Amino acid sequence: MAYDYEKHIRPGKLPHIWCPGCGHGIIMKGMIRAFEACGLEKNNTAIISGIGCASRMTGYMDYNTLHTAHGRAAAFATGVKMAKPEMDVIVVGGDGDGTAIGGNHFIHACRRNIDMTYVIMNNSIYGMTGGQFSPCTPTGALASTTVYGNPDPTFDIAKLAIGAGATFVARGTAFHAAQIEKLVAEGIRHKGLAVIEILDDCPTTYGRRNKFRSVIDMMKRLKEIAVPVAAAAKMTPEQLEGKVLTGVLHKEERPEYTEQYAQVISRAKGA
Amino acid sequence: MAKKVALLQGNDACAQGALYAGCNFFGGYPITPSTEVAEVLSIELPKRGGKFIQMEDEIAAMASIIGASLTGQKVLTATSGPGVSLKQELIGYACIAEVPCVIINVMRGGPSTGMPTGPGQSDVQQAKWGTHGDHPVIALVPASVQEIFSETVRAFNLAEKYRMPVQVLYDEIVGHMRERIEFPEPGELEVINRTEPTVSPEDYKPFDPSFGDVPPLAAFGSEYRFHVTGLNKAADGFPTTKANLVDDEQRRQIRKVDGAQPEIELNEEYLTEDAEVIIFAYGSTSRSARYAVNEMRKEGIKVGLFRPITLWPFPEKRIAELGKQAKAIVVAELNLGQMNLEVERVTKGSCEVPFLGRVDGEPINPGQIIDQVKEVK
Repeated sequence: MAYDYEKHIRPGKLPHIWCPGCGHGIIMKGMIRAFEACGLEKNNTAIISGIGCASRMTGYMDYNTLHTAHGRAAAFATGVKMAKPEMDVIVVGGDGDGTAIGGNHFIHACRRNIDMTYVIMNNSIYGMTGGQFSPCTPTGALASTTVYGNPDPTFDIAKLAIGAGATFVARGTAFHAAQIEKLVAEGIRHKGLAVIEILDDCPTTYGRRNKFRSVIDMMKRLKEIAVPVAAAAKMTPEQLEGKVLTGVLHKEERPEYTEQYAQVISRAKGA
Repeated sequence: MAKKVALLQGNDACAQGALYAGCNFFGGYPITPSTEVAEVLSIELPKRGGKFIQMEDEIAAMASIIGASLTGQKVLTATSGPGVSLKQELIGYACIAEVPCVIINVMRGGPSTGMPTGPGQSDVQQAKWGTHGDHPVIALVPASVQEIFSETVRAFNLAEKYRMPVQVLYDEIVGHMRERIEFPEPGELEVINRTEPTVSPEDYKPFDPSFGDVPPLAAFGSEYRFHVTGLNKAADGFPTTKANLVDDEQRRQIRKVDGAQPEIELNEEYLTEDAEVIIFAYGSTSRSARYAVNEMRKEGIKVGLFRPITLWPFPEKRIAELGKQAKAIVVAELNLGQMNLEVERVTKGSCEVPFLGRVDGEPINPGQIIDQVKEVK
């Protein structure tokens, strides 16, 4: 039987703005299945986004939704979670939104280990503004502002998150649709800041310019480069050249921020 | 019963006023000369079960209070000029999304890092025009420790009542000055909370104009679910580019303050009744001006003081009247010419508007004001 996504979508808000071939819809569906698997209650859940194609997801989802300013989603979300720790807080956005203009908020959300789930859709480009290079555009790639090839080194979002202190870090791709649900659900169940990066190169502003002949070619590439962490453990560095690890990359237990603050409150009241 | 009194610093009085108003969430970032507001609230809020968070930067502090306000909290941030410059992005967000919040700006010299420990009054036009786009503005300018307390309470009331950011601006002198303060008893000052919706969750629209110019605001985590965006939106909160809907929403937001100006406006007039020269001054400068008025009255000079406590919306009507009564309205402020432009605009040439400004980190003293008034022909 077909899965019923409709009950999570606001009536009348579709069609979405995403281009044919974009992976964002696949990711949204994976997230919906994860929400259901985790039993998230609509009234008790806030989905918070920044600005960009991925961030438009909040308009479609029938939850408490906050479409904030460019890069600021994690900071707004921190205010929501801090004020109402009993709420489930999901952050969504793109690579430019999260790691360039929002980079400071991203790393400090990781450092605090505040109990939120941050799904970051890495499409390798600024899509909504027409294809300028982002911190996640591969070096050498073509973008509307790097027509001679991108001179910038690239952020590894997962390493950035781990380095900043996120206690759950995972990576998937838009090709591996079933895994998205699994990773997001595990992130939601994790106590602390969970970062789930999903690779889904933008076909319109990245793919075309970088000589991908079709969306199918781009999806095939995601399939080919993705190596599950367990499989990677048995591979040589030469075999891993050009590959990207997927699955749960990092998991640890560390005190969660709102629980730490609850202790501040009891100490203040006791003083 | 004797009132509780204390010798208190202005910034401490701000924190105490916030607590009196029911503030239960503070998001901030350290900056001179406002930091004491954060320090006091970091101690006092958790004692009451409230939340204090020091964010990674000024923008994040502003974001955190907007997020918290949307869950129904009464929220505050405190900063100074450089911080306000950074916060402008999200002050605009709070305007368009109509999220109640209070922003304290303890004014120092500028531009840029300027003179962090010196006083300034050069952010008063920024309070009006700092964020891009058209939007309503309420800004209050207390001039004493007691008034910082009461104006902070009033700022919360106005933010909650009109569903918007309210700025309280006071210069470093008032912020760091210690004065006697009488604490109002609970209930003595009015405390207003936002209007919550009473319609069924299915019928709730976060910007529904059928409830007047200030639509009720639900809280995240309640039985109401809604969408908030910084895009131009229709009454249901969802983005739109339909010209008439965008226009309706923008004009309603401006109207909610324009239409309520008599209720929002607060001024003090001192010996203006027969005054031929009126000094327009606010904050610490108004204290020097009051002294100057008393000295000149001893000499028989007909001079008075107009002191705005609500700076924005500007007291246009009253200043226009005074412009017809007086030969001159002398504007004194710690900048190189800001509110004098507004006085000139509304008096339309009916009187002279001599200007006295200072930006060297020192206060304007009464002698300077007396000299300026005596120059009026």
